[in-house]
Amino acid sequence: MTAEFWITQAFNGLSYGALLFLLASGLSLIFGVMRIVNLAHGSYFMLGGYVGLSVVWRTGSFAAALVAGALAIALIGVGMERLFLRRLPGQTLGQVLMTVGFALMFQDLALLIWGGDPYTIPVPATLQGIVTAGALRFPTYRIFIIVVASLVGAVLWIVLDRTRMGAMIRAAVDDREMAQGVGIHVPVVSLGVFALGAALAALGGVIGGGFLGVYPGADFEVLPYAFVVVIVGGLGSLPGAMVGSLLVGLLDNFGKALFPELSYFTLFAPMALILALRPTGLFGRA
Amino acid sequence: MLELSDVHTYYGASHVLQGVTLAVGPGEIVTILGRNGMGKTTLIRSIIGFTPPRRGRVGFKGDDVTRWPPFRMVERGMALVPQGRRVFASLTVRENLEVARQSRTGRWTLPRVFELFPSLGNRARNRANKLSGGEQQMLAIGRALMTDPDLLLMDEPTEGLAPLLVREVGRVIAGLKRDGLSILLVEQNLPLALAVADRVHILSRGQIVHSSGPADLMANEAVKSRYLGVA
Ligand SMILES: Nc1ncnc2c1ncn2[C@@H]1O[C@H](COP(=O)(O)OP(=O)(O)OP(=O)(O)O)[C@@H](O)[C@H]1O
Ligand SMILES: [Mg+2]
Repeated sequence: MTAEFWITQAFNGLSYGALLFLLASGLSLIFGVMRIVNLAHGSYFMLGGYVGLSVVWRTGSFAAALVAGALAIALIGVGMERLFLRRLPGQTLGQVLMTVGFALMFQDLALLIWGGDPYTIPVPATLQGIVTAGALRFPTYRIFIIVVASLVGAVLWIVLDRTRMGAMIRAAVDDREMAQGVGIHVPVVSLGVFALGAALAALGGVIGGGFLGVYPGADFEVLPYAFVVVIVGGLGSLPGAMVGSLLVGLLDNFGKALFPELSYFTLFAPMALILALRPTGLFGRA
Repeated sequence: MLELSDVHTYYGASHVLQGVTLAVGPGEIVTILGRNGMGKTTLIRSIIGFTPPRRGRVGFKGDDVTRWPPFRMVERGMALVPQGRRVFASLTVRENLEVARQSRTGRWTLPRVFELFPSLGNRARNRANKLSGGEQQMLAIGRALMTDPDLLLMDEPTEGLAPLLVREVGRVIAGLKRDGLSILLVEQNLPLALAVADRVHILSRGQIVHSSGPADLMANEAVKSRYLGVA
């Protein structure tokens, strides 16, 4: 094991963690504010990728794909929340069934529209290079992922931590009922958070589509990772989602590189351990 | 200001409020007394809209607000100091106050709340869960005032407080009354309740079983021992 191996794997883990953060931060916020376990969150990732793919095919613009993917899926999220999930407050089982149902329908729909072949979203030439540092080689695209996720994380953190709107969101996470009792329009806050979460997952899907590809089944492939991130980090906590993403990205990468036959073990054993020691996750509160 | 007529409230199948009728006039303090589990909090929850009544009517400032969502009640001028304080634990003191701010009349501002409760001003950047019980109670009251209310619903604001702080809460309530605020006060502390109230109702098993002025209740040993367990 050379130093290059460790650095390269750490970098790969970091970039995968960055992608996971885009996916999981929204899932965590949605759970925090609405107590909804959204099993269709992986579908937003997959659909975002497909919409991005179509937009790149039509327009040739990767930037347009990012924007269109995020907006289109935000709209889907708004529709799901307003028309369906809002009618099931506090009914965990009903929500789980409904979001699984949506996930399965999205799967069929994607198969119908985009077929069963895997695609890779073409990325601009400027993002295709490799940055070398001595013997180390870092793909530019993975650096791009880290930069985007860091920016998103920074903006989310500033908004949540430093603005009145962010304080209202956190108040709704702390005590949803009492938040309404001090005049906060919690249904509007919920809708906004849901749309934002869906948009971020879709952004992850478009970006991930340029490196993992877009294919049937991507939705349920990423979903467990998102849940591990959110559960390990602590439901509803943004710092938790950040740390959880990094942890899962690194564990997954090193697990696959060092013990390929035990990759699930290296991911889920630490999760079980963390949960046993801290049932609410690293940053979660009861 | 507030009129309830024949309000019935349920939790699932359990019929908790069984036809409550009462009114709070402008500038008046009406106190609800009653032993544990008699439906006092349920009454407050029915008014603010957390648990809307299944039957009956809640009127507020001339509107039928019976099934309004809580945030609309607050915008209309109703504020809640809930039982157990329920401050937002992960928010700072200042944030707890800021999120409740309504810009309707501008009577209540951050500086004015800090003037009323100087200890909150000193701890503005602290997280609410780091405050003492008394400070949390002040914060819960300050937060309600930030919504600039005409009617304040207070559910056992002295619960679990040391005698000195109970007196402090009593002074605050009296001061708010002088400012013209209407208050519906749920209280188990009989001396405080009687000292500030214009009228008193006793709730037992979801029904009002006694209504009078504070002096009449003070003199009525039978009612006190039967419904409040006061010897
Ligand atoms: N969420 C709930 N679900 C079901 N039953 C409830 C619920 N909340 C309260 N109750 C029941 O309703 C009745 C009235 O409760 P409530 O909290 O209104 O009493 P209270 O007069 O406020 O009591 P305390 O003085 O202890 O605060 C009690 O029997 C209680 O067990
Ligand atoms: Mg109570």
